[in-house]
Amino acid sequence: MAVAEQPRELASRNWTAALHDWVTTVDHKKIGILYVVMAVIFLVIGGCEALLIRWQLLVPRNDFLGPDVFNQLFTMHGTTMVFFMGMPILIGMGNYVVPLMIGTRDMAFPRLNAMGFWVTLFGGLLVYFSYATGGAPAIGWFAYAPLTERTFSRTAATDLWALGLIVSGIGTTTAAINFIATILGMRAPGMTLRKIPFFTWTMLWTSVQIVIALPPLTAILIMIVFDRNLGAHFFDTQNGGSALLWQHLFWFFGHPEVYILILPVFGMVSEIVPVFSRKVLFGYEFMAAATAAIVFISLGVWAHHMFAVGMSRTEDLFFVVSSLLVSIPTGIKFFNWLATMYGGRISFASPMLFVAGFLSMFLIGGLTGIMLAAAPWDFQLTDSYFVVGHFHFVLIGGTLFGVFAGIHYWFPKVTGRMLSERLARWQFWLLYVGFNLTFVPMHVSGILGMPRRIYTYDADRGWDFWNQLTTVGALVQVPSFVIFVVNVIWSLPRGEPAGDDPWNAWTLEWTTTSPPPSYNFEEIPTVRSRRPLWDLKHPDDPDWNYE
Amino acid sequence: MSGTGLAYPLEGGGAHSHSASPAGLSATEWGMLSFLLSEVAFFSTLIVTYLAYLGKDQSGPTPAVLSLPLVIGTTICLLSSSGTVHLAERALHRGAVGTFVLCWGATILLGAIFILGTGYEWYGLIVDHHLTISTNLFGTTYYTLVGFHAFHVTAGLIVLTIVFILTLRRQVTQHHATAAKLTSWYWHFVDVVWVVVFTVVYLAGR
Amino acid sequence: MSPVLLLAAGGQAAQDLSTFDPVSPPAESIRNLSLLVLAITGFIFIVVEAVLITSIVRFRQRHGNDAAEPPQVYGSQPIEIAWTVAPALIVMVIVLVTTRTLWEVNVKPPEAKPGDNALYVTVVGRQWWWEFDYGQYNGRSLGFVTANELHIPASVEDVARPVYLNLKSADVCHSFWVPRLAGKTDLIPGRTNQMWFQTAERGLFLGQCAEFCGPQHANMLLRVVVDSPEDFRKWLENQQKPAVEEASARDGKAAFLAQSCINCHRVRGTRAAGNYAPDLTHLMSRQTLASGMIPNDPDGKNLRDWIANPQTIKPGCLMPAFGLSDRDRDRIVDYLRTLR
Repeated sequence: MAVAEQPRELASRNWTAALHDWVTTVDHKKIGILYVVMAVIFLVIGGCEALLIRWQLLVPRNDFLGPDVFNQLFTMHGTTMVFFMGMPILIGMGNYVVPLMIGTRDMAFPRLNAMGFWVTLFGGLLVYFSYATGGAPAIGWFAYAPLTERTFSRTAATDLWALGLIVSGIGTTTAAINFIATILGMRAPGMTLRKIPFFTWTMLWTSVQIVIALPPLTAILIMIVFDRNLGAHFFDTQNGGSALLWQHLFWFFGHPEVYILILPVFGMVSEIVPVFSRKVLFGYEFMAAATAAIVFISLGVWAHHMFAVGMSRTEDLFFVVSSLLVSIPTGIKFFNWLATMYGGRISFASPMLFVAGFLSMFLIGGLTGIMLAAAPWDFQLTDSYFVVGHFHFVLIGGTLFGVFAGIHYWFPKVTGRMLSERLARWQFWLLYVGFNLTFVPMHVSGILGMPRRIYTYDADRGWDFWNQLTTVGALVQVPSFVIFVVNVIWSLPRGEPAGDDPWNAWTLEWTTTSPPPSYNFEEIPTVRSRRPLWDLKHPDDPDWNYE
Repeated sequence: MSGTGLAYPLEGGGAHSHSASPAGLSATEWGMLSFLLSEVAFFSTLIVTYLAYLGKDQSGPTPAVLSLPLVIGTTICLLSSSGTVHLAERALHRGAVGTFVLCWGATILLGAIFILGTGYEWYGLIVDHHLTISTNLFGTTYYTLVGFHAFHVTAGLIVLTIVFILTLRRQVTQHHATAAKLTSWYWHFVDVVWVVVFTVVYLAGR
Repeated sequence: MSPVLLLAAGGQAAQDLSTFDPVSPPAESIRNLSLLVLAITGFIFIVVEAVLITSIVRFRQRHGNDAAEPPQVYGSQPIEIAWTVAPALIVMVIVLVTTRTLWEVNVKPPEAKPGDNALYVTVVGRQWWWEFDYGQYNGRSLGFVTANELHIPASVEDVARPVYLNLKSADVCHSFWVPRLAGKTDLIPGRTNQMWFQTAERGLFLGQCAEFCGPQHANMLLRVVVDSPEDFRKWLENQQKPAVEEASARDGKAAFLAQSCINCHRVRGTRAAGNYAPDLTHLMSRQTLASGMIPNDPDGKNLRDWIANPQTIKPGCLMPAFGLSDRDRDRIVDYLRTLR
């Protein structure tokens, strides 16, 4: 955001001109920022929904919220965080960084890029419109049939939900198409696929997953809209429709979805760990192969969300094996990050601080995932608060901590200013402590028999204390998000000027100015290795001798 | 923590060249392929659903009410249109705009016959056999699957027609050969999907 | 472990629903598996976190120079293979023990036959209560329906008395979960699932629906009462009888039969033959009302409040308030209180 002197009479015209610019932009950098801003706004809204949920569950038989409102809140919280926060923020960050990282001027299809953003936003607004028209949907974010049929969900909320997600799903899919085309077709000269930065590699595979997994969701959303409005019988169990078909098809989307939410973060971590450990990423080829393995295996694990539906033992076993298998490439990545840090010179500036949080928390989320993959144990744990604890560990401990790491890493590039390290530390520790206080107890209440999605519980079940801890933890998290927003708003005008390459990093985005000009590069660079800037800074010992 | 201040080497000159893309495909081609992959996933879901419910109805019309002769006719038209669109895009590649217009137009005609044939088929199913999307599972899955395919054909026809009109106004030339090729990929895809749908619905399922 | 966790609950005496306190073979098998998996993952956690913390501490950038970069290590194939093979072996172990437990827990129930000491009940999940259709016990046909409270016989005196449940749903997806007895199994409309458990421990075991099924999902509570074999026999006998006919309640009975209650509810031996709502034939033999929400106090106060307006107790439930006059309501309550 350059600070230039402007004659006063142009000031108001600049305001509308700026708005027009942002609304009509096809520049990947601006679109990336739009996505991230949209996601942060929905993060706050979804977070408020969660706080209301937690306040209701603070004590047994609480009457702060009735069942109708509570059920709408958890539905909207999940839907918001997955579709209007998680994916948009990752697509946004990818949008900003990937073209810079691969040395090109924009995404392959700039206008499609813009359309994708506005369509995603519109889908979110469509879903949220339901609050104003008789209540939000109260069906759970995975909307099991036949609860979603008109017989059992009478208001238009479910239709708005389905239509909103169909629309935003189209936006997400076009974004993925753009990433694939850009990464495969527009890399700088010399940047073969074996030389692309790891974040780009993960964005490529994430996009492949989106292209394969989102359309089935679109299809079943269309089916439920047909059931509800055209008298179709896809999930109409009273007329031969199958409730299980919804579950199979939903989770065929739903499981790759969670990898969509984590793979980009794996990529960010794979950029930050090397730079802040001052060491090249250990085992790039194995990391790349592990990423591809995760994508393929994750297409075959979906029914581990359905272990309690009464599949045969052989069917259960298939999904036990596939689910456990996917932990192997995930573990490989983890070990490679540790090996990168080992023997390095680690600095704990804010990006690396958040990465440390990510590593410690995602490990736990992954391990509770292994517990859930052991199907008989899952018979007890599924649909209980244990699962809620597990997925928040991977989604907050994993995705959100990783996203904050990435934001702190690339904020200087995007804005030309450094974020305040002091505020970042406050944000980190409050989030780390609050997050653990919130979600660790959920594993306990789940083991003690507390199911999920209940608006209240009886006092004599031994769950009170754990719910209290959770609610207090949620309150501890609140200031951390406030501090983050304050940090961003304060640093934009007043942060320390960043320069081109504040972290002494090695990938192409750090060769431009901060922020980059609209055309990204004066000359499209030619690269010879995975770390073009390392080669420039160490001409006596370039990477291409070792790769 | 200031910038490196390093000047980047000017290898490669000012030309906006890219690193070799896998399989030598351009970004636009990868874009169309990714889009078609997403459509494969979408139609696979509809086909899987159709198969899951095949034979599960307790009452109402079954696939036996489908008229094979009519659909064989429309299928021949649609598959031939793949041939004509291929001829068209090859012609444009050579610069033979006249041939291009003819073959492109033939493609539109054949595609339109397919749609009209489908409409006629549906009219018969609704009026004579009382099969609608709400009749039973077969009605639900049949109309959704065949309907979405027809919707994709129609969308393709609209695009083909826009290009046709632009060509008549001399705004499409040999320079647009790639665009025509990518459009033809979409059209071929729609045909391939029809081959699968036809096999599943009209042959195997009856 | 559970007593410690439960102690932290403080307050009133806590019911134990812990999955680590199994009283039935499937729950026990699961608990054993869970301890093993916990041990393995715990070990992995300690090792990996130790490496993480060690790296952070040992290789932290010290103040002072940092122009020199540390040695760049690009990778190592042997190491990669090692830490691919090791997790693969661990995965194999987990697969094996999981398979064994899976085969132990998911057993297809045998057909009922005389002398098998087995109880067969069909459970029908409904928004938001549980219908229990008692089928056979020890090979003998039972043929009565009750609601919300599942009585089963204890496997004492060295005799195993397994309980086999057929799980169905009349509307949306539900899930039967009594943690100490077994893992949960879903009730899916359009299909029948099966599960089993047995226990030697007498007493009350709590659970609740574990698949979100609409507004009152949270209050679709489960109560499994494990009786001694003798008590169970008596309970069965009572349940099989038609409704009690008490002269003093004749007025109330007439008032009841004149209302639309009978469209939904059943009282065997009377004209009330509805099968949409809980069977009331032996209503007063149950400890709670509204599927476990409120005590079924013998004075009938809760019953009175419920009938006056169920929506104040279980908002969204499918029983409306009927706008009965106080007199009608009291007479009906008095009648219902005789249905022991």
